[in-house]
Amino acid sequence: MPPAVPTEFFVMLSMILFALGAMGVLLRKNAILVFMSVELMLNSANLALAAFARQWNEMDGHIFVFFVMTVAAAEVAIGLALIVAIFRHKQSINIDDLHQLEG
Amino acid sequence: MEFNFITVAFIVFSLITLGGAIGVVTCINLFRGTIWLMVSLFGVAGLMVLLSAEFLAAVQVLVYIGAIAILFTFAVMLTRSITSDKMRFTRVWVNVISAGILFVLFALGVIYPVWVANAATHFPVTDAGLATTTDLGVALVSGSQFVLPFEVAGLLLTAAMIGAIVIARDADDEGN
Amino acid sequence: MALEQFAPAGVMIIIATILAFIILVISRIFGPHRPTFRKNAPYESGMKPIGPAQRRVPVRFYLVAVLFIIFDVEVIFFLPWAVAMRDLGVYGLIVMGVFTLMLIVGFIYEWKKGALEWE
Repeated sequence: MPPAVPTEFFVMLSMILFALGAMGVLLRKNAILVFMSVELMLNSANLALAAFARQWNEMDGHIFVFFVMTVAAAEVAIGLALIVAIFRHKQSINIDDLHQLEG
Repeated sequence: MEFNFITVAFIVFSLITLGGAIGVVTCINLFRGTIWLMVSLFGVAGLMVLLSAEFLAAVQVLVYIGAIAILFTFAVMLTRSITSDKMRFTRVWVNVISAGILFVLFALGVIYPVWVANAATHFPVTDAGLATTTDLGVALVSGSQFVLPFEVAGLLLTAAMIGAIVIARDADDEGN
Repeated sequence: MALEQFAPAGVMIIIATILAFIILVISRIFGPHRPTFRKNAPYESGMKPIGPAQRRVPVRFYLVAVLFIIFDVEVIFFLPWAVAMRDLGVYGLIVMGVFTLMLIVGFIYEWKKGALEWE
């Protein structure tokens, strides 16, 4: 039985993935791509939770990942419906065009 | 971390995950962006298997790749006029630098506690399966642990379903 | 051990990747490649294309996908309970009944609202 990959590497990977997702959120103009980057960030959090659940031999991390996935599904359903509605209304989902709520 | 089969699998899945993420962040065509997202999510599913969370890996494939990525594909098709736009980044340098600063902060805030200060994480982990699907079911449904979050998740799903129907149907009436 | 159980899945992934790669490369190398204007047309059947090919899809498809995602997650909540059903007994059945009841309320709503009809 070969030894397992240490937790530090999973944490490192999740860190890089989170930074990439944050970069996507900051950088992209398209609302759908911003949403996808948010999904990447959620996935990196899931990865870290599962890694620490294995580290401490506790199951709570797994339960947390499960609920994060559920909330992500609900969030995507509502968020993409909103994006589609906005597109129907304004013919654009460029986030730079959506500044009506600015003071 | 010596060279063996699990290490190779970890490296391969890490490359798949990060490559998919880079593809999402830099893609020109939105459709390809969704495909890159699926690639990245698949890599995360493989990493979940390496973390001996097989049920979560299956859920990852079913929910994320099978449902969420498909929903993204539909949304791309519904907002079709801008599948590829030349001006895809805003304020490139400011944002790249701020993401870099975020990464450095993470590195400082994660590497120091995990590697240096906390010697407790240095005991060797095993891949012995810690949570089977049965354990998960008992933890979710039995009264002592997570039954309230479980029911609230059901309520959340109902609310999301009703809300999505209301919003999307209004858009439908308006568009046609 | 759990990880060895995934060896067949890993072998299948590797074989599928190699096979797809081989098929693409071989057809690129050995297949004749003589494009003409008519062959490159969107429909290679003599029809002239009318209007843009990128036409928007009606929102109804999106509605179906949303309903699918919600029920997908619901079924995944059912699975751990179903595996552990013998240990949980009547109490688990009641908890699951409350969970299902909430989703049935949403289901009735969408049925009455006509979201399941295609028209």
